[in-house]
Amino acid sequence: MKSILDVQNLSVSFAVYGGEVQAVRDVSFDVKEGEAVAIVGESGSGKSVTAQTIMRLIQTPPGKIKKGKVFLDGQDLMSLSEKEMQKVRGNKIGMIFQDPMTSLNPTMTVGKQIMEGLIQHQSLSGAKANERVLELLTLVGIPNPETRINQYPHQFSGGMRQRVMIAIALACTPALLIADEPTTALDVTIQAQILTLMKDLQEKTKTSIILITHDLGIVADICDRVIVMYAGQIVETGTKHEIFSNPQHPYTKGLLKSLPRLDQAKDEPLIPIFGTPPDLIKPPQGCGFCSRCDSAMRICETEIPEQTKISDTQSVRCWLQHPYAKEQGSDAGKEASA
Amino acid sequence: MSKPFIEVRGLSKFFDIGNNKILKAVNNLSFSIQKGETLGLVGESGCGKSTAGRTLIRLYEPTAGNVLVDGTDITKLSKSKLKAQRSKMQMVFQDPYASLNPRMTILDIIGEALDIHGLAGSKSERKRRVEELLELVGLNAEHASRYPHEFSGGQRQRIGITRALAVNPQFIVCDEPISALDVSIQAQIINLLIELQKKMDLTYLFVAHDLSMVKYMSDRVAVMYLGKIVEMARSEDLYANPQHPYTKALLSAIPVPDPEVEAGKERIVLKGDLPSPVNPPSGCPFRTRCPAATEKCKSDVPEFREVRPGHFASCHYA
Repeated sequence: MKSILDVQNLSVSFAVYGGEVQAVRDVSFDVKEGEAVAIVGESGSGKSVTAQTIMRLIQTPPGKIKKGKVFLDGQDLMSLSEKEMQKVRGNKIGMIFQDPMTSLNPTMTVGKQIMEGLIQHQSLSGAKANERVLELLTLVGIPNPETRINQYPHQFSGGMRQRVMIAIALACTPALLIADEPTTALDVTIQAQILTLMKDLQEKTKTSIILITHDLGIVADICDRVIVMYAGQIVETGTKHEIFSNPQHPYTKGLLKSLPRLDQAKDEPLIPIFGTPPDLIKPPQGCGFCSRCDSAMRICETEIPEQTKISDTQSVRCWLQHPYAKEQGSDAGKEASA
Repeated sequence: MSKPFIEVRGLSKFFDIGNNKILKAVNNLSFSIQKGETLGLVGESGCGKSTAGRTLIRLYEPTAGNVLVDGTDITKLSKSKLKAQRSKMQMVFQDPYASLNPRMTILDIIGEALDIHGLAGSKSERKRRVEELLELVGLNAEHASRYPHEFSGGQRQRIGITRALAVNPQFIVCDEPISALDVSIQAQIINLLIELQKKMDLTYLFVAHDLSMVKYMSDRVAVMYLGKIVEMARSEDLYANPQHPYTKALLSAIPVPDPEVEAGKERIVLKGDLPSPVNPPSGCPFRTRCPAATEKCKSDVPEFREVRPGHFASCHYA
């Protein structure tokens, strides 16, 4: 299948008082046509920065794209001028932001906000755009679109606003939809509505989706492939079945173990990951997870692990899975315990 | 059964929001918590769960109802007597970033609680006690001289817990203690809370919206909807055998981190949003979103009754 998005060796930093935060460090991945890819990780792991860099929404300065290329349908987005980029945003890539309460303009009617992209990118006439907006509102499941189109965001509930955001993102039928924590600000029952809607829409429109989330439950629900980020790096990728049933990176394993299952008894303690993520002003010399890892070896402190392929679809950045470690076998284990 | 440690009878908290409108945030709650037990309180935002937690320890003055803590009705106490009672009941707040004074050192944040209740005789004793408490929750004694901004979210929540523990409480209201924390840190805090409960025989009211955490943490769970408890049961029982249609929908809405389970799951998707608590629907408050609502639900308010031993629900058809 053809790749729609190809991110190569992306590194992004932010200048702050006291140094430079290396938010994204050498990140490479691709998204295929019609595929839903999840990026998971905790706050500060670089998942949102990655998404915003793809959209070129990083404010520079303080942000800086240190290196890397992002190809959308063969076109390198990092080399485009701001003007050319404006033709991509909202047109070829749609984005849904985390907080539907603050990401809509409170002084504009919802209809106008959805229409903006249509008029800008597809140069539709007012009447045609109006028609399309009604269609979109129906598509995302907003009842009474004829009245709703002239209402302001404050007249909508959280879930309804997120539906409006989705309508805006989908207005120009983009090839790629980036959803940055689309349900984090919503209640579980409303989250279920939005997730069901996103699944339906993906089946209908065949849009590729990048879903950024910290909720592994959502990943299991709607994604095909998972990218796990930690301390600005991709530590593991694989299909959702591989990640959930055969995780290889100690961080992925730890994350899955630290969640309570509904069938878990109270006397069976949760297994937390000890410590906290590293400070990315001075990222660790070796593996980012080293200081919290139970099976860290000497090499983990000094060398960033290379990407090791586990299968055609799964790869991991961990010295434990490196072919050297396999060769050394028990020796490596001894070293770790010593 | 022994006498409950916390007994709540008909607790209500209404807010006057102007224009002659009354917001019934908490409406006639009755429940009890045994000594050493954890009661989980779940519901969506705006259902009144946090208000219930706060009213329970009189951070809000209740509009009606009684709260008995260890036999004493705290709703009747004068301010000075209430202050003395407060050392028995403490609270851990949701946002560890907003609930610690940024201008005070950790020593003073925790020490303040000791000062108010006169629990530390001398300066050195105060310091010793704070350091002891910090070590109890897994921090270091030298952290006492630092300021809140020097700590991560998980560490700040530990400090919030330390402050609550400083006055030797018997009952702690945990108001969403983990929702502001990262997944990998959440388990640390939950394990700490459970460990402390065992060590100090604490009683918890655990308010949260994360249903799997609530189940793990609680002995019994109460589900709230529009200011009322719609279902309450032992947690295994509630999750295995939900009676109220709202609980059923809520449980089916939790995304499970397992693709096999997700693929085979029939999700009940509720229509619409939570109605406004200013103008709640007639009859059963849930009827506007209930897939099984009938005419009876429109006219009659369902009674909160015991549908099975120890399992309460307010639905005509449970």
